[in-house]
Amino acid sequence: MVMRFTEEHEWLRLEADGIVTVGITDYAQDALGDLVFVQLPELRAYAAGEEVAVLESVKAASNIAMPISGEILEINEALSDAPEKVNQAPLGAGWFFRMRPADPEALGTLLSENDYATFIKA
Amino acid sequence: MTESLLKTPLHALHLELGARMVPFAGYDMPVQYPLGVLKEHQHTRAQAGLFDVSHMGQILLEGEAAAEALETLVPVDIIDLPTGMQRYALFTNENGGILDDLMVANLGDCLYLVVNAACKTQDLAHLEQYIGDRCQVNPQFERGLLALQGPSAVNVLTRLAPEVAEMTFMQVRRINVLGYPCIVSRSGYTGEDGFEISVPAEGAEKLARALLAEPDVQPIGLGARDSLRLEAGLCLYWHDMDTGTTPVEASLVWAVSRVRREGNGRAGGFPGAERIFTQQREGVARQRVGLLVQERVPVREGAELVDAQGAVIGRVTSGGFGPSLGAPVAMGYVDSAYAALDTSLFAMVRNKPVAVKVARMPFVPQRYYRG
Repeated sequence: MVMRFTEEHEWLRLEADGIVTVGITDYAQDALGDLVFVQLPELRAYAAGEEVAVLESVKAASNIAMPISGEILEINEALSDAPEKVNQAPLGAGWFFRMRPADPEALGTLLSENDYATFIKA
Repeated sequence: MTESLLKTPLHALHLELGARMVPFAGYDMPVQYPLGVLKEHQHTRAQAGLFDVSHMGQILLEGEAAAEALETLVPVDIIDLPTGMQRYALFTNENGGILDDLMVANLGDCLYLVVNAACKTQDLAHLEQYIGDRCQVNPQFERGLLALQGPSAVNVLTRLAPEVAEMTFMQVRRINVLGYPCIVSRSGYTGEDGFEISVPAEGAEKLARALLAEPDVQPIGLGARDSLRLEAGLCLYWHDMDTGTTPVEASLVWAVSRVRREGNGRAGGFPGAERIFTQQREGVARQRVGLLVQERVPVREGAELVDAQGAVIGRVTSGGFGPSLGAPVAMGYVDSAYAALDTSLFAMVRNKPVAVKVARMPFVPQRYYRG
């Protein structure tokens, strides 16, 4: 199971069926604080860098950008009523959406787990 | 980065407790502890929360004429404020605008003021300039100030100072706590029963540790302080009021004492009285209202308020998620034509209209102890 990361603190996991699941890291949820609202994207294609989600914590709103170009196939509807899942299990039940990358190689250009660990320590 | 920021007497304790620190009004302050803002908020409403508010300005006014002198700066009855009582007040300017809001207590031999952290230097200068010749203005900025808020606060504080159990809302007493000469008021900024305890700097940490040792008490940061006061419908200076808003526009007419109002015994005699009286007679073009958000998305400070046709009729001045209400809440200023309860409006959030309704404040019931 390949996991990749972005400098915007998203994680991407390549599933067995070639679909990529996207969420935010534990570091990111901790920095944001308690989430009270998550606005998820529409089911369509987005280009890398396009805004796809909005996270509102008790403190502030933050935008989530599409990490790599592709088509969003499924969103985690449970977050509408239970945004706290992102805080409780950012790499599990707190996932945001599943997508099909436009370019399957794009994932390889992102940070590895080690690179990300180094990045957040810097 | 924190080098230039001031520290309260509890700074080391905040770090020890794992607080996340942020700059606030020139101080390095805890915005949250490991518990997190939501749970800190809920804990305060369920049991008791301890807040470090030592950054706020404490000032003593001493001398025979102190009450009479202070009345020239606030539209509030200070002369007849009974010994042992506290009252909410506002410093106004010549236009009736609000320079700061504050608490004034009569300690018998002096007046005890608590002003906002961000305004304390200017408030001190204001007091010295206008009434410094009539009373002694004695800043106590180095003192600690702790707020213990929530339904368990009285039981907790009674263990250290039994006499606080007899106090009711807005009463103030000098009480020795752990041997330190404290000023204790039964008031706060959360809508809950609770106390504010002014303590000499050298006793602040010992007192905080003693309170935190009680199982019902958790340390609470500025994040939950803000959501608690917002649910309680209480104003935050610079946000919900400033020099550009009068007490009438800020829906704080209740804070203008009866005896200081037009036609009454000590009417006027404070800066901006004419403008405030005119507004009370003739009404105001805009006023502060509470807003219940009809969707789950938080509506925050700065969001424009529009009517059904999309015309801008106001602006949100405070907003966020209300953890006890389980929904977002906000307050803001609207054209007076839209200020009636239950008026349907829209707040623009990321260019999309979000339905809001003008609502009564506080958003959650006040639970002050009135005896």
